[in-house]
Amino acid sequence: MLAAAPRMSVNRWLSARAVKPLVFVLALVPMGYLLFGAVTGQLGPNPAEALVRSSGDWTLRFLCVALAVTPVRLSLGLAPLARLRRMLGLFVFFYAVLHFLAYSWLDKGMEFSEIAVDIAKRPFILVGFVSLLLLSMLAATSWNGAVRRLGALRWQRLHRAVYLIAGLAILHFFWMRAAKNNFAEVAVYAAILGALLGWRVLHRWRNRQLPSGRSS
Amino acid sequence: MRASEITPRPVYEDRRRLLQGWGAAALGAIGAPSVWAQSTRPGVLAPLDARKSTVAGAMSMDKPTRYQDASSYNNFYEFGTDKADPARNAHTLKTTPWAVEVGGLVKKPATFGLEDLLKLSPMEERIYRLRCVEGWSMVIPWVGYSLVELIKRVEPLGNAKYVEFLTLADPKTMPFVGSRTLDWPYAEGLRLDEARHPLTLLAFGMYGEVMPKQNGAPVRLVVPWKYGFKSAKSIVKIRFTENQPGTAWNKAAANEYGFYSNVNPKVDHPRWSQATERRIGEDGLFDKRRKTLMFNGYEPEVGQLYAGMDLQKFY
Repeated sequence: MLAAAPRMSVNRWLSARAVKPLVFVLALVPMGYLLFGAVTGQLGPNPAEALVRSSGDWTLRFLCVALAVTPVRLSLGLAPLARLRRMLGLFVFFYAVLHFLAYSWLDKGMEFSEIAVDIAKRPFILVGFVSLLLLSMLAATSWNGAVRRLGALRWQRLHRAVYLIAGLAILHFFWMRAAKNNFAEVAVYAAILGALLGWRVLHRWRNRQLPSGRSS
Repeated sequence: MRASEITPRPVYEDRRRLLQGWGAAALGAIGAPSVWAQSTRPGVLAPLDARKSTVAGAMSMDKPTRYQDASSYNNFYEFGTDKADPARNAHTLKTTPWAVEVGGLVKKPATFGLEDLLKLSPMEERIYRLRCVEGWSMVIPWVGYSLVELIKRVEPLGNAKYVEFLTLADPKTMPFVGSRTLDWPYAEGLRLDEARHPLTLLAFGMYGEVMPKQNGAPVRLVVPWKYGFKSAKSIVKIRFTENQPGTAWNKAAANEYGFYSNVNPKVDHPRWSQATERRIGEDGLFDKRRKTLMFNGYEPEVGQLYAGMDLQKFY
Protein backbone atom coordinates (compact mmCIF):
# COMPACT_ATOMS: atom_id res chain seq x y z
CA MET A 1 0.00 0.00 0.00
CA LEU A 2 1.16 3.51 -0.73
CA ALA A 3 2.13 5.76 2.15
CA ALA A 4 -0.85 7.63 3.55
CA ALA A 5 -0.08 11.09 2.19
CA PRO A 6 0.50 10.26 -1.47
CA ARG A 7 -2.31 7.69 -1.36
CA MET A 8 -4.74 10.33 -0.22
CA SER A 9 -3.77 12.76 -2.93
CA VAL A 10 -3.92 10.07 -5.63
CA ASN A 11 -7.32 9.01 -4.32
CA ARG A 12 -8.55 12.57 -4.30
CA TRP A 13 -7.47 12.89 -7.91
CA LEU A 14 -9.07 9.53 -8.82
CA SER A 15 -12.32 10.62 -7.22
CA ALA A 16 -12.61 13.66 -9.48
CA ARG A 17 -15.73 13.64 -11.59
CA ALA A 18 -13.75 14.04 -14.81
CA VAL A 19 -11.83 10.77 -14.33
CA LYS A 20 -14.48 8.42 -15.60
CA PRO A 21 -15.27 10.33 -18.80
CA LEU A 22 -11.54 10.80 -19.32
CA VAL A 23 -10.87 7.05 -19.09
CA PHE A 24 -13.87 6.47 -21.39
CA VAL A 25 -12.43 8.74 -24.06
CA LEU A 26 -8.92 7.30 -23.63
CA ALA A 27 -10.29 3.79 -24.09
CA LEU A 28 -11.79 4.86 -27.42
CA VAL A 29 -8.48 6.23 -28.70
CA PRO A 30 -7.25 2.88 -30.14
CA MET A 31 -10.46 2.47 -32.12
CA GLY A 32 -10.28 6.07 -33.33
CA TYR A 33 -6.69 5.52 -34.38
CA LEU A 34 -7.58 2.36 -36.32
CA LEU A 35 -10.59 3.95 -38.02
CA PHE A 36 -8.59 7.04 -38.94
CA GLY A 37 -5.84 4.81 -40.33
CA ALA A 38 -8.34 2.77 -42.33
CA VAL A 39 -10.01 5.83 -43.84
CA THR A 40 -6.77 7.61 -44.69
CA GLY A 41 -5.03 4.46 -45.94
CA GLN A 42 -2.33 4.45 -43.29
CA LEU A 43 -2.65 0.86 -42.10
CA GLY A 44 -0.05 -0.43 -44.57
CA PRO A 45 -0.45 -2.60 -47.66
CA ASN A 46 -2.93 -5.00 -45.99
CA PRO A 47 -5.33 -2.86 -43.94
CA ALA A 48 -7.80 -5.72 -43.41
CA GLU A 49 -5.17 -7.85 -41.73
CA ALA A 50 -4.02 -4.86 -39.69
CA LEU A 51 -7.58 -4.21 -38.44
CA VAL A 52 -8.26 -7.85 -37.51
CA ARG A 53 -4.94 -8.19 -35.68
CA SER A 54 -4.95 -4.84 -33.89
CA SER A 55 -8.52 -5.24 -32.65
CA GLY A 56 -7.49 -8.63 -31.21
CA ASP A 57 -4.40 -7.10 -29.59
CA TRP A 58 -6.51 -4.35 -27.99
CA THR A 59 -8.99 -6.89 -26.63
CA LEU A 60 -6.14 -8.63 -24.82
CA ARG A 61 -4.72 -5.34 -23.58
CA PHE A 62 -8.05 -4.21 -22.13
CA LEU A 63 -8.51 -7.63 -20.55
CA CYS A 64 -5.21 -7.15 -18.74
CA VAL A 65 -6.17 -3.63 -17.66
CA ALA A 66 -9.65 -4.65 -16.45
CA LEU A 67 -8.26 -7.58 -14.47
CA ALA A 68 -5.55 -5.36 -12.97
CA VAL A 69 -8.05 -2.96 -11.40
CA THR A 70 -8.77 -4.99 -8.26
CA PRO A 71 -5.18 -6.07 -7.48
CA VAL A 72 -3.95 -2.48 -7.94
CA ARG A 73 -6.84 -1.08 -5.93
CA LEU A 74 -6.30 -3.42 -2.98
CA SER A 75 -2.53 -3.54 -2.91
CA LEU A 76 -2.07 0.22 -3.30
CA GLY A 77 -5.16 1.20 -1.35
CA LEU A 78 -6.71 3.12 -4.23
CA ALA A 79 -10.38 2.56 -3.47
CA PRO A 80 -11.81 4.97 -6.12
CA LEU A 81 -10.45 2.70 -8.87
CA ALA A 82 -13.39 0.36 -8.21
CA ARG A 83 -15.78 2.60 -10.09
CA LEU A 84 -13.72 2.21 -13.30
CA ARG A 85 -13.81 -1.58 -13.29
CA ARG A 86 -17.14 -2.19 -15.00
CA MET A 87 -16.44 0.32 -17.73
CA LEU A 88 -13.03 -1.22 -18.46
CA GLY A 89 -14.61 -4.67 -18.51
CA LEU A 90 -17.17 -3.48 -21.03
CA PHE A 91 -14.34 -2.14 -23.20
CA VAL A 92 -12.90 -5.69 -23.31
CA PHE A 93 -16.25 -6.74 -24.75
CA PHE A 94 -16.30 -3.72 -27.07
CA TYR A 95 -12.91 -4.54 -28.61
CA ALA A 96 -13.77 -8.24 -28.80
CA VAL A 97 -16.89 -7.33 -30.81
CA LEU A 98 -14.79 -5.10 -33.08
CA HIS A 99 -12.34 -8.00 -33.55
CA PHE A 100 -15.18 -10.38 -34.46
CA LEU A 101 -16.74 -7.77 -36.76
CA ALA A 102 -13.43 -7.15 -38.53
CA TYR A 103 -12.97 -10.90 -39.05
CA SER A 104 -16.58 -11.49 -40.18
CA TRP A 105 -16.71 -8.52 -42.47
CA LEU A 106 -13.21 -8.17 -43.89
CA ASP A 107 -12.21 -11.84 -43.96
CA LYS A 108 -15.56 -13.52 -44.46
CA GLY A 109 -17.58 -10.87 -46.29
CA MET A 110 -20.38 -11.20 -43.71
CA GLU A 111 -21.29 -14.63 -45.11
CA PHE A 112 -22.79 -16.31 -42.09
CA SER A 113 -22.60 -19.81 -43.54
CA GLU A 114 -18.86 -19.37 -44.07
CA ILE A 115 -18.37 -18.01 -40.57
CA ALA A 116 -20.29 -20.98 -39.15
CA VAL A 117 -18.15 -23.43 -41.15
CA ASP A 118 -15.01 -21.68 -39.94
CA ILE A 119 -16.11 -21.89 -36.30
CA ALA A 120 -17.00 -25.56 -36.61
CA LYS A 121 -13.87 -26.51 -38.50
CA ARG A 122 -11.09 -24.60 -36.77
CA PRO A 123 -10.45 -24.94 -33.02
CA PHE A 124 -8.57 -21.64 -33.01
CA ILE A 125 -11.65 -19.79 -34.29
CA LEU A 126 -13.99 -21.79 -32.04
CA VAL A 127 -12.03 -20.84 -28.94
CA GLY A 128 -12.18 -17.17 -29.91
CA PHE A 129 -15.90 -17.41 -30.56
CA VAL A 130 -16.62 -19.13 -27.23
CA SER A 131 -14.74 -16.39 -25.38
CA LEU A 132 -16.84 -13.80 -27.20
CA LEU A 133 -20.06 -15.60 -26.16
CA LEU A 134 -18.89 -15.74 -22.55
CA LEU A 135 -17.93 -12.07 -22.69
CA SER A 136 -21.38 -11.13 -24.00
CA MET A 137 -22.91 -12.99 -21.07
CA LEU A 138 -20.86 -10.91 -18.67
CA ALA A 139 -21.65 -7.71 -20.56
CA ALA A 140 -25.37 -8.53 -20.49
CA THR A 141 -25.26 -8.92 -16.71
CA SER A 142 -23.07 -5.92 -16.05
CA TRP A 143 -25.83 -3.50 -14.99
CA ASN A 144 -26.78 -2.95 -11.34
CA GLY A 145 -30.19 -4.56 -11.75
CA ALA A 146 -28.58 -7.80 -12.90
CA VAL A 147 -26.58 -8.02 -9.67
CA ARG A 148 -29.79 -7.58 -7.66
CA ARG A 149 -31.75 -10.10 -9.69
CA LEU A 150 -29.04 -12.76 -9.70
CA GLY A 151 -28.02 -12.13 -6.10
CA ALA A 152 -24.51 -10.99 -5.34
CA LEU A 153 -23.11 -14.49 -4.81
CA ARG A 154 -24.45 -15.96 -8.03
CA TRP A 155 -23.46 -12.82 -9.94
CA GLN A 156 -19.93 -13.07 -8.63
CA ARG A 157 -19.70 -16.74 -9.52
CA LEU A 158 -20.90 -16.01 -13.04
CA HIS A 159 -18.39 -13.21 -13.46
CA ARG A 160 -15.54 -15.47 -12.45
CA ALA A 161 -15.93 -16.75 -16.03
CA VAL A 162 -13.55 -13.92 -16.88
CA TYR A 163 -10.66 -16.21 -15.86
CA LEU A 164 -11.89 -18.83 -18.29
CA ILE A 165 -12.18 -16.11 -20.93
CA ALA A 166 -8.60 -15.02 -20.23
CA GLY A 167 -7.40 -18.62 -20.64
CA LEU A 168 -9.32 -19.09 -23.89
CA ALA A 169 -8.10 -15.77 -25.27
CA ILE A 170 -4.50 -16.79 -24.61
CA LEU A 171 -5.12 -20.18 -26.23
CA HIS A 172 -6.66 -18.45 -29.26
CA PHE A 173 -3.61 -16.21 -29.59
CA PHE A 174 -1.22 -19.11 -28.92
CA TRP A 175 -2.72 -21.23 -31.69
CA MET A 176 -2.55 -18.28 -34.07
CA ARG A 177 1.17 -17.95 -33.46
CA ALA A 178 1.96 -21.64 -32.92
CA ALA A 179 3.03 -22.54 -36.46
CA LYS A 180 5.59 -19.77 -36.50
CA ASN A 181 6.97 -20.71 -33.07
CA ASN A 182 6.55 -17.06 -32.34
CA PHE A 183 5.46 -17.01 -28.73
CA ALA A 184 7.16 -13.92 -27.33
CA GLU A 185 4.02 -11.76 -27.33
CA VAL A 186 1.79 -14.63 -26.26
CA ALA A 187 4.11 -15.24 -23.31
CA VAL A 188 3.93 -11.59 -22.24
CA TYR A 189 0.11 -11.61 -22.13
CA ALA A 190 0.06 -15.04 -20.47
CA ALA A 191 2.50 -13.83 -17.82
CA ILE A 192 0.46 -10.70 -17.08
CA LEU A 193 -2.85 -12.54 -16.89
CA GLY A 194 -1.22 -15.38 -14.93
CA ALA A 195 0.23 -12.91 -12.43
CA LEU A 196 -3.16 -11.18 -11.99
CA LEU A 197 -4.87 -14.50 -11.37
CA GLY A 198 -2.02 -15.61 -9.10
CA TRP A 199 -2.40 -12.45 -7.06
CA ARG A 200 -6.09 -13.26 -6.49
CA VAL A 201 -5.38 -16.82 -5.39
CA LEU A 202 -2.73 -15.59 -3.00
CA HIS A 203 -4.99 -12.82 -1.75
CA ARG A 204 -7.83 -15.24 -0.95
CA TRP A 205 -5.50 -17.69 0.73
CA ARG A 206 -4.01 -14.96 2.89
CA ASN A 207 -7.43 -13.70 3.90
CA ARG A 208 -8.36 -17.19 5.06
CA GLN A 209 -5.30 -17.20 7.33
CA LEU A 210 -6.44 -14.00 9.00
CA PRO A 211 -8.92 -14.09 11.88
CA SER A 212 -12.41 -13.27 10.68
CA GLY A 213 -13.50 -9.67 10.54
CA ARG A 214 -10.14 -8.43 9.29
CA SER A 215 -9.28 -7.90 5.72
CA SER A 216 -6.24 -6.48 3.95
CA MET B 1 8.40 14.55 -60.70
CA ARG B 2 8.15 10.82 -60.26
CA ALA B 3 9.18 8.61 -63.15
CA SER B 4 5.76 6.98 -63.10
CA GLU B 5 4.13 10.31 -63.90
CA ILE B 6 5.72 10.53 -67.33
CA THR B 7 3.62 7.84 -68.96
CA PRO B 8 0.06 7.62 -67.70
CA ARG B 9 -0.82 4.12 -66.55
CA PRO B 10 -3.66 3.55 -69.09
CA VAL B 11 -1.28 4.44 -71.92
CA TYR B 12 1.38 1.94 -71.07
CA GLU B 13 -1.15 -0.67 -70.13
CA ASP B 14 -2.74 -0.30 -73.55
CA ARG B 15 0.67 -0.46 -75.14
CA ARG B 16 1.43 -3.63 -73.27
CA ARG B 17 -1.85 -5.20 -74.28
CA LEU B 18 -1.18 -4.25 -77.89
CA LEU B 19 2.29 -5.79 -77.84
CA GLN B 20 0.96 -8.94 -76.24
CA GLY B 21 -1.75 -9.05 -78.88
CA TRP B 22 0.88 -9.29 -81.59
CA GLY B 23 2.14 -12.35 -79.84
CA ALA B 24 5.48 -14.06 -79.67
CA ALA B 25 5.29 -15.26 -83.27
CA ALA B 26 5.41 -11.78 -84.77
CA LEU B 27 8.18 -10.57 -82.49
CA GLY B 28 10.31 -13.68 -82.51
CA ALA B 29 11.98 -15.28 -79.55
CA ILE B 30 13.63 -12.04 -78.42
CA GLY B 31 10.51 -10.41 -77.02
CA ALA B 32 9.51 -6.77 -77.01
CA PRO B 33 11.25 -4.22 -74.82
CA SER B 34 10.12 -4.28 -71.21
CA VAL B 35 7.38 -1.86 -70.28
CA TRP B 36 9.34 -1.17 -67.11
CA ALA B 37 12.40 -0.26 -69.17
CA GLN B 38 12.33 3.49 -68.68
CA SER B 39 9.16 5.33 -68.07
CA THR B 40 7.71 3.30 -65.24
CA ARG B 41 10.74 2.33 -63.20
CA PRO B 42 10.37 3.19 -59.55
CA GLY B 43 13.75 4.91 -59.63
CA VAL B 44 14.84 3.42 -56.32
CA LEU B 45 17.60 0.98 -57.32
CA ALA B 46 19.90 0.36 -60.29
CA PRO B 47 18.08 -0.45 -63.55
CA LEU B 48 18.13 -4.00 -64.88
CA ASP B 49 17.17 -4.19 -68.53
CA ALA B 50 15.04 -7.02 -69.82
CA ARG B 51 12.92 -8.06 -72.77
CA LYS B 52 9.37 -9.22 -72.37
CA SER B 53 9.27 -12.96 -71.89
CA THR B 54 7.81 -15.16 -74.58
CA VAL B 55 7.35 -18.14 -72.26
CA ALA B 56 3.73 -19.30 -72.23
CA GLY B 57 1.82 -17.86 -69.27
CA ALA B 58 4.68 -15.58 -68.22
CA MET B 59 2.93 -12.26 -68.84
CA SER B 60 -0.08 -11.90 -66.57
CA MET B 61 -2.58 -9.28 -67.69
CA ASP B 62 -3.42 -8.43 -64.08
CA LYS B 63 -2.51 -4.96 -62.91
CA PRO B 64 0.90 -4.99 -61.22
CA THR B 65 0.99 -4.24 -57.51
CA ARG B 66 2.43 -0.88 -56.51
CA TYR B 67 6.21 -1.08 -56.07
CA GLN B 68 5.81 0.58 -52.69
CA ASP B 69 3.58 -2.29 -51.49
CA ALA B 70 5.64 -5.06 -53.09
CA SER B 71 8.80 -3.75 -51.43
CA SER B 72 7.38 -3.00 -47.97
CA TYR B 73 5.09 -5.97 -47.22
CA ASN B 74 7.40 -8.97 -47.15
CA ASN B 75 7.91 -12.28 -45.46
CA PHE B 76 11.66 -12.70 -45.00
CA TYR B 77 12.05 -14.17 -41.54
CA GLU B 78 15.82 -13.71 -41.40
CA PHE B 79 14.98 -10.03 -40.93
CA GLY B 80 11.98 -10.36 -38.60
CA THR B 81 8.53 -11.91 -38.55
CA ASP B 82 6.51 -8.76 -39.04
CA LYS B 83 5.89 -7.95 -42.68
CA ALA B 84 7.27 -4.44 -42.25
CA ASP B 85 10.51 -5.81 -40.69
CA PRO B 86 12.41 -6.86 -43.86
CA ALA B 87 12.14 -3.40 -45.47
CA ARG B 88 13.36 -1.93 -42.18
CA ASN B 89 16.15 -4.40 -41.42
CA ALA B 90 17.44 -5.85 -44.69
CA HIS B 91 19.73 -2.91 -45.47
CA THR B 92 22.49 -4.80 -43.63
CA LEU B 93 22.46 -7.63 -46.19
CA LYS B 94 25.72 -7.66 -48.17
CA THR B 95 24.98 -8.70 -51.75
CA THR B 96 28.45 -8.19 -53.27
CA PRO B 97 30.44 -10.29 -53.66
CA TRP B 98 27.89 -13.09 -54.08
CA ALA B 99 28.28 -16.61 -55.33
CA VAL B 100 25.94 -19.55 -55.81
CA GLU B 101 27.41 -23.00 -55.38
CA VAL B 102 25.69 -25.55 -57.60
CA GLY B 103 26.44 -29.20 -56.88
CA GLY B 104 25.18 -32.59 -55.82
CA LEU B 105 24.18 -35.09 -58.48
CA VAL B 106 25.48 -33.15 -61.49
CA LYS B 107 28.19 -33.78 -64.06
CA LYS B 108 29.61 -30.27 -63.85
CA PRO B 109 29.36 -28.80 -60.35
CA ALA B 110 30.37 -25.16 -60.30
CA THR B 111 30.30 -22.00 -58.24
CA PHE B 112 28.82 -19.09 -60.15
CA GLY B 113 29.66 -15.54 -59.24
CA LEU B 114 26.75 -13.13 -59.45
CA GLU B 115 28.33 -11.47 -62.54
CA ASP B 116 28.41 -14.88 -64.30
CA LEU B 117 24.80 -15.56 -63.39
CA LEU B 118 23.69 -12.16 -64.70
CA LYS B 119 25.30 -12.96 -68.07
CA LEU B 120 24.28 -16.62 -68.26
CA SER B 121 21.09 -16.02 -70.22
CA PRO B 122 19.22 -12.94 -71.53
CA MET B 123 17.11 -11.17 -68.92
CA GLU B 124 13.36 -11.49 -69.35
CA GLU B 125 10.56 -9.56 -67.75
CA ARG B 126 7.76 -11.76 -66.41
CA ILE B 127 4.60 -10.53 -64.77
CA TYR B 128 3.60 -13.22 -62.30
CA ARG B 129 0.82 -13.50 -59.80
CA LEU B 130 2.21 -14.19 -56.32
CA ARG B 131 -0.08 -16.01 -53.88
CA CYS B 132 1.04 -16.11 -50.26
CA VAL B 133 -0.05 -19.07 -48.15
CA GLU B 134 -1.47 -16.48 -45.71
CA GLY B 135 -4.26 -15.57 -48.13
CA TRP B 136 -3.04 -12.42 -49.87
CA SER B 137 -1.68 -11.95 -53.36
CA MET B 138 0.29 -9.51 -55.51
CA VAL B 139 1.23 -9.18 -59.17
CA ILE B 140 4.95 -8.59 -59.68
CA PRO B 141 6.99 -7.83 -62.79
CA TRP B 142 10.13 -9.87 -62.12
CA VAL B 143 13.38 -9.76 -64.08
CA GLY B 144 15.32 -12.98 -64.62
CA TYR B 145 15.41 -16.13 -66.70
CA SER B 146 14.18 -19.70 -66.48
CA LEU B 147 16.07 -21.73 -63.86
CA VAL B 148 16.44 -24.45 -66.50
CA GLU B 149 19.11 -22.30 -68.19
CA LEU B 150 21.31 -22.77 -65.13
CA ILE B 151 20.33 -26.43 -64.77
CA LYS B 152 21.49 -27.12 -68.35
CA ARG B 153 24.98 -25.79 -67.56
CA VAL B 154 25.59 -28.24 -64.73
CA GLU B 155 24.08 -31.31 -66.44
CA PRO B 156 22.16 -33.23 -63.78
CA LEU B 157 22.91 -36.96 -63.52
CA GLY B 158 20.27 -39.57 -64.27
CA ASN B 159 19.57 -40.27 -60.60
CA ALA B 160 18.93 -36.60 -59.72
CA LYS B 161 15.23 -36.28 -58.84
CA TYR B 162 15.03 -33.16 -56.69
CA VAL B 163 16.66 -29.76 -56.37
CA GLU B 164 17.38 -28.21 -53.00
CA PHE B 165 17.82 -24.47 -52.52
CA LEU B 166 19.70 -23.12 -49.53
CA THR B 167 19.64 -19.46 -48.70
CA LEU B 168 22.04 -17.20 -46.84
CA ALA B 169 22.04 -17.52 -43.04
CA ASP B 170 24.45 -14.91 -41.75
CA PRO B 171 23.77 -14.00 -38.13
CA LYS B 172 25.98 -10.92 -38.49
CA THR B 173 23.76 -9.29 -41.12
CA MET B 174 20.46 -11.09 -40.52
CA PRO B 175 19.23 -10.27 -37.02
CA PHE B 176 16.65 -13.05 -36.76
CA VAL B 177 18.84 -15.95 -37.92
CA GLY B 178 19.06 -17.98 -34.74
CA SER B 179 15.50 -17.28 -33.68
CA ARG B 180 13.57 -20.48 -33.09
CA THR B 181 10.93 -19.83 -35.72
CA LEU B 182 12.63 -21.95 -38.38
CA ASP B 183 15.71 -24.08 -38.97
CA TRP B 184 18.43 -21.99 -40.57
CA PRO B 185 19.51 -21.77 -43.29
CA TYR B 186 16.09 -21.51 -44.92
CA ALA B 187 15.79 -24.51 -47.22
CA GLU B 188 13.42 -25.07 -50.09
CA GLY B 189 13.06 -27.74 -52.72
CA LEU B 190 11.44 -28.68 -56.01
CA ARG B 191 11.06 -31.86 -57.96
CA LEU B 192 13.50 -31.77 -60.91
CA ASP B 193 10.69 -31.55 -63.49
CA GLU B 194 9.20 -28.59 -61.56
CA ALA B 195 12.61 -26.92 -61.45
CA ARG B 196 13.01 -27.45 -65.21
CA HIS B 197 9.60 -25.95 -66.01
CA PRO B 198 10.10 -22.76 -68.06
CA LEU B 199 7.90 -20.76 -65.64
CA THR B 200 10.30 -21.50 -62.75
CA LEU B 201 12.26 -18.28 -62.64
CA LEU B 202 15.67 -17.38 -61.31
CA ALA B 203 15.03 -13.73 -60.56
CA PHE B 204 17.55 -10.89 -60.20
CA GLY B 205 15.23 -7.92 -60.20
CA MET B 206 11.71 -6.54 -60.27
CA TYR B 207 9.99 -3.49 -61.79
CA GLY B 208 12.92 -3.03 -64.19
CA GLU B 209 15.43 -2.65 -61.38
CA VAL B 210 17.73 -4.93 -59.40
CA MET B 211 16.10 -6.88 -56.57
CA PRO B 212 15.47 -4.93 -53.36
CA LYS B 213 17.19 -6.59 -50.41
CA GLN B 214 13.90 -7.20 -48.61
CA ASN B 215 12.64 -9.10 -51.66
CA GLY B 216 15.58 -11.52 -51.71
CA ALA B 217 18.52 -9.82 -53.39
CA PRO B 218 20.64 -10.53 -55.27
CA VAL B 219 19.13 -13.74 -56.63
CA ARG B 220 15.98 -15.63 -55.72
CA LEU B 221 13.60 -18.22 -57.01
CA VAL B 222 10.06 -17.48 -58.21
CA VAL B 223 7.67 -20.40 -58.68
CA PRO B 224 4.37 -18.71 -59.52
CA TRP B 225 2.02 -21.69 -59.13
CA LYS B 226 3.21 -22.44 -55.58
CA TYR B 227 2.68 -20.52 -52.36
CA GLY B 228 5.18 -17.70 -51.98
CA PHE B 229 7.34 -19.37 -49.34
CA LYS B 230 8.51 -21.94 -51.92
CA SER B 231 10.30 -19.13 -53.75
CA ALA B 232 13.50 -19.00 -51.72
CA LYS B 233 15.27 -15.66 -51.36
CA SER B 234 18.97 -14.74 -51.38
CA ILE B 235 20.10 -18.17 -52.62
CA VAL B 236 23.67 -19.33 -52.00
CA LYS B 237 23.51 -23.04 -52.75
CA ILE B 238 21.64 -25.28 -55.18
CA ARG B 239 21.99 -29.03 -54.77
CA PHE B 240 20.64 -31.87 -56.92
CA THR B 241 19.53 -34.87 -54.89
CA GLU B 242 17.97 -38.27 -55.29
CA ASN B 243 15.74 -37.99 -52.21
CA GLN B 244 13.17 -35.33 -51.46
CA PRO B 245 14.99 -32.60 -49.51
CA GLY B 246 13.65 -31.24 -46.24
CA THR B 247 12.09 -27.81 -46.52
CA ALA B 248 11.99 -25.10 -43.86
CA TRP B 249 8.25 -24.70 -43.32
CA ASN B 250 7.56 -28.40 -43.68
CA LYS B 251 10.06 -29.07 -40.88
CA ALA B 252 8.46 -26.35 -38.73
CA ALA B 253 4.83 -27.52 -39.19
CA ALA B 254 4.37 -30.57 -41.41
CA ASN B 255 0.58 -30.60 -41.02
CA GLU B 256 0.34 -27.02 -42.31
CA TYR B 257 2.97 -26.86 -45.06
CA GLY B 258 3.67 -29.71 -47.45
CA PHE B 259 6.64 -30.21 -49.77
CA TYR B 260 4.60 -29.38 -52.87
CA SER B 261 2.60 -26.42 -51.54
CA ASN B 262 0.94 -25.83 -54.89
CA VAL B 263 -1.68 -23.09 -54.75
CA ASN B 264 -4.89 -25.05 -54.36
CA PRO B 265 -8.23 -23.49 -53.36
CA LYS B 266 -9.57 -26.92 -52.41
CA VAL B 267 -6.95 -27.78 -49.82
CA ASP B 268 -7.34 -25.57 -46.77
CA HIS B 269 -4.62 -24.53 -44.43
CA PRO B 270 -5.59 -26.01 -41.03
CA ARG B 271 -6.19 -22.52 -39.66
CA TRP B 272 -7.82 -20.83 -42.63
CA SER B 273 -9.47 -21.46 -45.98
CA GLN B 274 -7.40 -21.17 -49.15
CA ALA B 275 -10.47 -20.69 -51.37
CA THR B 276 -10.11 -16.92 -51.57
CA GLU B 277 -7.43 -14.26 -51.42
CA ARG B 278 -7.03 -10.53 -51.02
CA ARG B 279 -5.10 -8.72 -53.77
CA ILE B 280 -2.84 -6.20 -52.04
CA GLY B 281 -3.51 -2.59 -53.01
CA GLU B 282 -6.25 -3.62 -55.41
CA ASP B 283 -9.19 -5.00 -53.44
CA GLY B 284 -10.87 -2.41 -51.25
CA LEU B 285 -11.24 -2.99 -47.52
CA PHE B 286 -14.89 -4.05 -47.84
CA ASP B 287 -14.62 -5.83 -51.20
CA LYS B 288 -15.27 -9.51 -51.19
CA ARG B 289 -12.07 -11.53 -51.37
CA ARG B 290 -11.38 -12.87 -54.84
CA LYS B 291 -11.44 -16.57 -55.66
CA THR B 292 -8.09 -18.32 -55.63
CA LEU B 293 -7.37 -20.22 -58.84
CA MET B 294 -6.02 -23.77 -59.07
CA PHE B 295 -2.22 -23.59 -59.39
CA ASN B 296 -2.68 -19.83 -59.00
CA GLY B 297 -4.10 -19.70 -62.53
CA TYR B 298 -1.14 -21.53 -64.09
CA GLU B 299 -3.01 -24.82 -64.50
CA PRO B 300 -2.76 -24.81 -68.34
CA GLU B 301 1.02 -24.57 -68.07
CA VAL B 302 1.80 -26.78 -65.07
CA GLY B 303 -1.22 -29.04 -64.53
CA GLN B 304 0.37 -31.96 -66.38
CA LEU B 305 3.26 -32.06 -63.88
CA TYR B 306 0.80 -33.43 -61.32
CA ALA B 307 -1.32 -35.71 -63.51
CA GLY B 308 -2.63 -38.61 -61.45
CA MET B 309 -1.34 -37.23 -58.13
CA ASP B 310 -3.62 -36.98 -55.11
CA LEU B 311 -3.21 -33.29 -54.34
CA GLN B 312 -5.11 -33.63 -51.04
CA LYS B 313 -2.37 -35.96 -49.88
CA PHE B 314 0.58 -34.24 -51.53
CA TYR B 315 -0.36 -30.72 -50.48
